[in-house]
Amino acid sequence: MFAYILKRLLYAIPIALSVTVVSFILVYLAPGDPLNAIAPADAPEEVITALRSAYGLDQPVPVQYGLWLMRAVQGDLGLSIATGREVTSEVLSAVGNTLLLAGVAALIGVVAGCILGALAGYRHGSWIDRLATALSVVGVSIPHYWLGLVLTILFSIWQPWFPAMGAGPGGSSEWLWDLEHFRYLVLPAVTLSVIPMGIITRTVRALVADMLAQEFVTALRARGLSGIAVFRHVAKNTAPTVLAVAGLQIGYLMGGSILVETVFAWPGTGFLLNTAIFQRDIPLLQGTILVLCMFFVALNLLVDILQPLIDPRMGRA
Amino acid sequence: MPAASAPSRSYWAIVWRQLRRDPMALAAASVLLIIVAAAVFAPWLAPADPYKASMIKRLLPIGSAGFLLGTDELGRDLLSRLMYGGRLSLLMGVVPVLAAFGIGTAIGLFAGYVGGKLNMIIMRVLDVFYAFPSVLLAVAISGALGPGMSNSLIALTLVFVPQVVRVAESVTTQVRQLDYIEAARMSGASAFSIIRVHVLGNVLGPVFVYATGLLSVSMILASGLSFLGLGVKPPEPEWGLMLNTLRSAIYSNPWVAALPGLLIFVTSIAFNLLADSVRSAMDIRR
Repeated sequence: MFAYILKRLLYAIPIALSVTVVSFILVYLAPGDPLNAIAPADAPEEVITALRSAYGLDQPVPVQYGLWLMRAVQGDLGLSIATGREVTSEVLSAVGNTLLLAGVAALIGVVAGCILGALAGYRHGSWIDRLATALSVVGVSIPHYWLGLVLTILFSIWQPWFPAMGAGPGGSSEWLWDLEHFRYLVLPAVTLSVIPMGIITRTVRALVADMLAQEFVTALRARGLSGIAVFRHVAKNTAPTVLAVAGLQIGYLMGGSILVETVFAWPGTGFLLNTAIFQRDIPLLQGTILVLCMFFVALNLLVDILQPLIDPRMGRA
Repeated sequence: MPAASAPSRSYWAIVWRQLRRDPMALAAASVLLIIVAAAVFAPWLAPADPYKASMIKRLLPIGSAGFLLGTDELGRDLLSRLMYGGRLSLLMGVVPVLAAFGIGTAIGLFAGYVGGKLNMIIMRVLDVFYAFPSVLLAVAISGALGPGMSNSLIALTLVFVPQVVRVAESVTTQVRQLDYIEAARMSGASAFSIIRVHVLGNVLGPVFVYATGLLSVSMILASGLSFLGLGVKPPEPEWGLMLNTLRSAIYSNPWVAALPGLLIFVTSIAFNLLADSVRSAMDIRR
């Protein structure tokens, strides 16, 4: 078990490093001299020269990457061009809101997906199976930025139950665990939850239907186990796969939330990315992408480590 | 097995027959056909000029006289804009998948066929892209390249290529080890002709199935990039961009504002249902 965890950790290191490489390259994808992305357009010649050597831009590219990585590891992601503030602090204050939104959305999606999928798997071919299948197709096909708009129209304009924008009263971006703040979370979280819901419904339905047709289930039933006891066996066997799919989905939600955050003016990383892109604030873009992807890598690692805890067969391989 | 009773039919003929009998496939294909036809023949079918603005006819509701689906925030006929919008939206959804299909299959065939260290290096490099959630990767690349339609096409293609390579490479690696490939090599066939004659046929099926599944994702992502302002620029009609510019109208005229997104949804669900049908129709051999 320990060897397994160590192996996974070692495997995550090159992935994490490659994420930093891609984030670093983003600056060079941007058209023009990367210095244009850092210095103001009207900067005098000597300032540009000073900045060039300060950022190590007069060095070969691999050396530049090394310098950048050293600073990034120490938590220095440079200065935002738009605001002049440190990118690290900007990203860290926004990433909490994104994680909150993605986490709650994933919770709704996974729970709803498991219930729907299990019901559909148990009642194969029934109306509930058809409903679950239809819902899962809708879940994976719907443009969630549009769903957000429709939900706003329905539950914020037509029936004003929930606020349409922001993360708290008076446009504050500070999250508090109270009912008033929670009302702001409902629409964006439900919007974002349809993607994992669709995929997990699909996965669980197939797994459960597959599992129920296996001989060990028939054997358990023949031995006189109650429906609930049989279900416990089925649930235990489906859990590792569901965990793997759910983990991946939470990661995708962190990226996918950029569109939903735009619709609901949610003060998370999506808002930050939007600012970064349209103000051509490349350090901010780079920093946000890097932090989000590191969370994604960490999440994948966590799933890899958790899986053998549920299914001991995996740890032995 | 229908294949056994009709040995003279080719594999693709069986798949085609299977698809024609699938009501879901027919329904999805008809919907797509209507949407594509409306987009292609927009210059002849559209009732009005999609660029012609009118200050006094802004945000008319659905069913107004002369404007069947109302007008947008600049008083342009929405029905016409939706028909013209289909051109760019469909193009931006389909082109990245086609490009990734071509590029990804080529890289996958090459990597799988040469095998060994080179294969491992190629696959490990592509693994990097799997460390990024796809929306984030698309936004990062097109954000760094700068807004614009061609940049978002490049970004989406880059998102899909590694996925297609993975499918093509795994099939190629499996096929390469079969005896008949060895036999072909022994008889002096060149690597290129072995790939073209013996490997490609095996790889195309699975890659084709995978690529049809990508169409729906690509539609949503491409329109999503335009929705963010990263794709098509105004005043060009495109569904994602229209959804964005009409967002300010949701208080005054909500259903008109929701229409472009409805089309993205319908197209994407039709692509998804068609992909499901194609997948099960092509499964007959296994």
